[in-house]
Amino acid sequence: MPRKIRLQREDFDAAAEAEALRRGRTDIGALVAFSGVCRGAEAGEPITALTLEYYPGMAEAEIARHVEEAEKRWPLSGVTVVHRYGRIEPGENIVLVVTASSHREAAFAAAEFLMDYLKTRAPFWKQVESAAGSSWVEAKDTDDAAAARWGKPSGREAAE
Amino acid sequence: MSKLRLVYFAWVRERVGKAEEEIVPPASVTTVADLMRWLGGRGEEYAHAFENAKVIRAAIDKSHVRPDAAIAGAHEIAFFPPMTGG
Repeated sequence: MPRKIRLQREDFDAAAEAEALRRGRTDIGALVAFSGVCRGAEAGEPITALTLEYYPGMAEAEIARHVEEAEKRWPLSGVTVVHRYGRIEPGENIVLVVTASSHREAAFAAAEFLMDYLKTRAPFWKQVESAAGSSWVEAKDTDDAAAARWGKPSGREAAE
Repeated sequence: MSKLRLVYFAWVRERVGKAEEEIVPPASVTTVADLMRWLGGRGEEYAHAFENAKVIRAAIDKSHVRPDAAIAGAHEIAFFPPMTGG
């Protein structure tokens, strides 16, 4: 299965990434592309920008582990994950997950699974810049709950 | 115990005042939780960073671990707040 994982400072082109995944293939019947975008407000307060910090080496490894887990759970034909770091302004892209499968159920489910795990397990941290200064975004219980509904990763030592 | 590389991220890094360092913990420090307690006693910055150790997450050699994980054989241990990516 074609698997592409990229961390980058620069923006990405979601349509081009999705096209690259399906080009020349006739086994793909469903392609889901999810983009996470920087909102202009956090907790009701306007923000100037987000700055994303990450753990080099571990972030890539952790995303790869979850892509492998998704492959075990669903019949996938390809996955692309692009996660940006550095300073990102409202309206800009943050993260892209593209999943391909022969049928839509697997593509939708795998994309949601990967996003839920990216939010709670991939070592990235968001700092918010606003008129009031800068502060670290706090992890949300709702994100933990979203990840928990997928159950424990198979064949791995559960870490939390 | 041989030299251990510690790396810190987000507010843990800001509070400790550095992104990484090398340490040689005493033999009595055998788990991640022990290490956090020991680090917390190394000065004001560390005490502040590790004052609420329950919320801090850890990774050994770039894999998530629980606080009761043994540190024997580790090369790099990371401490960071709960993740907020995606």
